Amino acid sequence: MKASKFKRFMSQGNVGKLMWSVLALALLLVFNALFTPVIFNMKIMDGHLFGSLIDILNRATPVMLMGIGMTLVIATGGIDISVGSVSAVSGSFTTVLLVVYGLPLAYCIVVGLAVATFLGFWNGFLVARVGVQPIVATLIMLALARGIATLFAGGQTILFSNRAYEFIANGFLFGLPFPITIVAVVFVGTALLTRKTALGLFVESVGCNPVASRYSGINVRSIKWAVYVFTAFCAGMAGLINTSNIKVADVTRSGEGLELDAILAVVIGGTSLDGGKFSLAGTIIGALVMQTLTTTILTRGMPVEFTRVIKALVVVLIILIQSESFRKRMRNLVWRKAHEVAS
Amino acid sequence: MPEADPILSMRRISKSFPGVHALDKVDFALQRGEVRALMGENGAGKSTLIKVMTGVEERDEGRIFLDGREIDPHSPHEAQELGISTVYQEVNLIPTLTVAENIFLGRQPTSMGSLDWKKMNSSAVAALDRLNLELNVKRLLSDYSLAVQQMVAIARAVDVSAKMLILDEPTSSLSVEEVEQLFAVMRMLKAEGLGIVFVTHFLDQVFDISDTITVLRGGQLVGNFVTASTTRVQLIATMMGKELKELERGPARVASPDAPGAESLIEIKGLARKGSIEPFDLRLNKGEVLGLAGLLGAGRTEIANLLFGIDKAEQGNVSIEGEETNISSPRKAIAEGFALCPEDRKSAGIIGDLSIRENIFLALQASKGWFRLISRKTQQEIAERYITMLSISTPDADKKIKELSGGNQQKAIVARWLALHPRFLILDEPTRGIDVGAKMEIQNLILSLSREGISILFISSELSEVVRCSQRVAVLRDHVKIGEMSGDQIDESAIMHYIAEGAR
Amino acid sequence: MKRKLVVLLGLALCLFVALGASAKTYTIGFAQTGGNEGAWRDAETASVNAAAKDMGINLKFVDGQEKQEVQIAALRSFIAQGVDGILLAPVVATGWDEVLQECKQANIPVVLLDRGIQTSDDSLYVCKITSDFVQEGKRVGEWLSKKMGGKATIAELEGTPGADPAIMRQKGFAEGIASYPGMKIVLSQTGNFNAADGKQVMEAFLKANSRINAVFAQNDDMAMGAIQAIQEAGKRPGKDIVVVSIDGTRPAFEAMAKGTLNAVCECNPLLGKIGFETLIGAINGQTYPKWVIQTDGLYEASQAKAALPTRKY
Ligand SMILES: Nc1ncnc2c1ncn2[C@@H]1O[C@H](COP(=O)(O)OP(=O)(O)OP(=O)(O)O)[C@@H](O)[C@H]1O
Ligand SMILES: [Mg+2]
Repeated sequence: MKASKFKRFMSQGNVGKLMWSVLALALLLVFNALFTPVIFNMKIMDGHLFGSLIDILNRATPVMLMGIGMTLVIATGGIDISVGSVSAVSGSFTTVLLVVYGLPLAYCIVVGLAVATFLGFWNGFLVARVGVQPIVATLIMLALARGIATLFAGGQTILFSNRAYEFIANGFLFGLPFPITIVAVVFVGTALLTRKTALGLFVESVGCNPVASRYSGINVRSIKWAVYVFTAFCAGMAGLINTSNIKVADVTRSGEGLELDAILAVVIGGTSLDGGKFSLAGTIIGALVMQTLTTTILTRGMPVEFTRVIKALVVVLIILIQSESFRKRMRNLVWRKAHEVAS
Repeated sequence: MPEADPILSMRRISKSFPGVHALDKVDFALQRGEVRALMGENGAGKSTLIKVMTGVEERDEGRIFLDGREIDPHSPHEAQELGISTVYQEVNLIPTLTVAENIFLGRQPTSMGSLDWKKMNSSAVAALDRLNLELNVKRLLSDYSLAVQQMVAIARAVDVSAKMLILDEPTSSLSVEEVEQLFAVMRMLKAEGLGIVFVTHFLDQVFDISDTITVLRGGQLVGNFVTASTTRVQLIATMMGKELKELERGPARVASPDAPGAESLIEIKGLARKGSIEPFDLRLNKGEVLGLAGLLGAGRTEIANLLFGIDKAEQGNVSIEGEETNISSPRKAIAEGFALCPEDRKSAGIIGDLSIRENIFLALQASKGWFRLISRKTQQEIAERYITMLSISTPDADKKIKELSGGNQQKAIVARWLALHPRFLILDEPTRGIDVGAKMEIQNLILSLSREGISILFISSELSEVVRCSQRVAVLRDHVKIGEMSGDQIDESAIMHYIAEGAR
Repeated sequence: MKRKLVVLLGLALCLFVALGASAKTYTIGFAQTGGNEGAWRDAETASVNAAAKDMGINLKFVDGQEKQEVQIAALRSFIAQGVDGILLAPVVATGWDEVLQECKQANIPVVLLDRGIQTSDDSLYVCKITSDFVQEGKRVGEWLSKKMGGKATIAELEGTPGADPAIMRQKGFAEGIASYPGMKIVLSQTGNFNAADGKQVMEAFLKANSRINAVFAQNDDMAMGAIQAIQEAGKRPGKDIVVVSIDGTRPAFEAMAKGTLNAVCECNPLLGKIGFETLIGAINGQTYPKWVIQTDGLYEASQAKAALPTRKY
């Protein structure tokens, strides 16, 4: 009975899948403990923590933010591949307004985030209202948002020097890089919003069976719409971090390819691309897995030609292990082999 | 009992899921030219036995022999190759393919290496013809109702030159005529020497078609019977493990519609939508149960969908308590105190990945809005109340609904709508796939709700049910409401006659 | 009245003919790589535009969107429009033979800008005008070796894997330090030619090896990121850790002026003028060597302040 209870616990989607991503992270750390121990070096410098583990947390923050939004989008059965470009938009607007127009920073940030959020509003409109397929709607935005970001910056990379703006990515709070606080706030806020209200339930319901959700009186359109708006807002914040980090609005490159990292973080975190049950904590772990992998590769200085292949292999492995049918097949294989050997 | 060389024999089959022993050392055998009914309450393990037989689920232990040779199918496709043809409980065809493509999926006829469309379409027509079904095989499956889809699934299975045929509740949404047609085909196949496994909750059908009966209870084999020498009472007692009191027709508290003092709740005038229902009038009093009778595709579900705002009416109007109301979406309908338990539980009912608890309180939560989440404690109370009331067989309320047996899923969906405490409840085939005991529970429930003043629109292909519960019956034929009967006029043969002849 | 008009018209006609004879207006097509490559390429495009204006050239510009198909289509449309010559900044090195053959048949000379191609028939294009990436890497390598007295623990930030400049600059740098056995590259990873990745890579390097005292960034953007990472690790870029890079963008000169960057080898993107001059020469029958090398200068921090005002990009 105990064993079956455990099995039950494991099969309960959320917890079980979260366990697999935690396991993946743990394995990566164990690998590092054995072969790259420098990663665990930690010291206090100028009153804050300094070390590779902190870097991992810090560098994962943009993907975590995008991932939090992406988790909800994917849970509704959609996908948003425009987050990378949308993040460049907030960076572009905030920086240009600050540097070129000399407006106060708070105002610039509000406008930057608002413009990004509006792009999400447009995505949501196309998906929920017009009925465009999510991948098509956001593919359009992927190109459009990059164009808007570049256009607004006049095709230039814009340098800035503003203490407060730089603080977003380079400052410290509680001895930790400030972006970690941002993610913590967004994560806790989103978790409360989805789990302490019925939003999370509705999101999962819509993703799992939109028709039945409509029959049950859920406003399917509004739910779908809302998640795209929220994701774009998250992407906007990620864009501010990215821009603040290098103290330059690199509109043509900023956020490039991050949509894929965000999607992978969600998937590694155990949220199925088919929609339905989601796990925000899983996504955070997923982002950490990806970043740990990157930092490990960088720290070990593996040959550049292999890095992408290694990354891809590890990700594929994690996703395979998470798949129940794959595990079942492997078990059968082992079972049959054992039988053959026995007979 | 076991005779010489059965087609199929299964020995000591066990299968457990987390928290449930779905099958516990079950033996099963099927002879040539035999129709064996597989019976048992919801969750007894019937579908699981079939899934193990056809490789959908891996068994934990036990052996399977086909024609005396041990087999070990790992997928339905393998089972099919071995000669086991199956219609599963949940229609698992592809809605976005045509009828013909669905019938021949995976075994399309080819000529010179390329798909022979002509041949495929004409063979599909022939296959449907055996079931006396005339469809446009080039149309998408999703264009047809659930009942038709069920017939297509049967046509697909019957078409194969197989050794044995398995039918898991194929008749759950069929009406009398289709059932007759199916039985004719089954008798023909039986004469050709096929063995047939037939799962159903309809006792009449069991006694009509089967030669032998196997009964499961709680995953265990509890009896094998020869149909001819078995009584209903005996069978029900074996399934339930206890005697069942036959249900009495409940007293009708609300007077018939014409009686003075009857308070009207809903008044429908000339409501219509092209292609689904011609203009019709309908009135429903408070606390009244109105049955809708008609053949497959007569327009019953269409009326339900119009009233609940799933489809938009093109003309006519609906007044609630004398006030004209425009119901343009299920949300609005729910806000008006309506509830609709839909016919197709798989596509419009269950949210598969969510728990039973979540499925049950979902509509109630949606009506309260997203902000005020029903407390976990209340959720649990609601879920447990209905799990007990409808005897949903599950270890706990947190099991995913898709892991419930078909009948238990149906009960959970009924529970979702009961939990809303509506003033107007539309039940579209609420007892589909539900076992004898629970069916009576639901019928009793309908009567007691009506006594509480809730108005109910009751749609069921099972006429006896409609007759038992309704104070008034509206009869439909070919998308037209052809009349109403009330009070003592209501009985099965009268309704049948009406549907056929249109005469009073 | 009428006579006056005729005279005026006649004068105007003469003027036109005279102008036409003295300076023909050339129509030239420019197929740029396009896409997102940053400041350097923007500067190149700007210089082509500016030069066209100065020299009165009718420029037809096509953004290649980083796709060869788009560029090939652009070339064909240039032929159809009957341009006098074509500037091409090819996205990839191979697969140009057919369309260049068409240009040749149409008697339109093609000059390659900032990148070379591989072809069996050299006569298909006039010449390529590029910097010598190997030379750039080598000069930086030699400069660094001298600066460090032949002994350094070096971290290298590579460009986008597989890109021509990345491969060549790496090769050149290796040649530059080859004769100094004390110069050791201990870590080398790609920073994808951008600042964010450059910063991240350097951040990890500094933790992996605390003895690093020199950084070679294969472009300025990565160097800018690396400098920030060094500062955040509590070290002084330019002093504790010597930083060198290639390209010579304005931010790099500013960094040199501040002393955080030690030296940069310029990779001049201002190819507009020389490009047009070569092309017009070719139209008028002149011949050129197959590789016209754009000479790049090496700047040290000490020269930065003086050079800064003259930097165009
Ligand atoms: N995939 C699954 N995961 C967990 N439990 C399951 C799963 N499939 C079936 N069960 C459980 O196994 C038991 C037997 O289910 P089964 O579907 O065989 O019942 P059944 O006899 O076909 O019932 P019904 O008449 O309602 O169709 C039920 O308690 C059900 O909850
Ligand atoms: Mg079943």
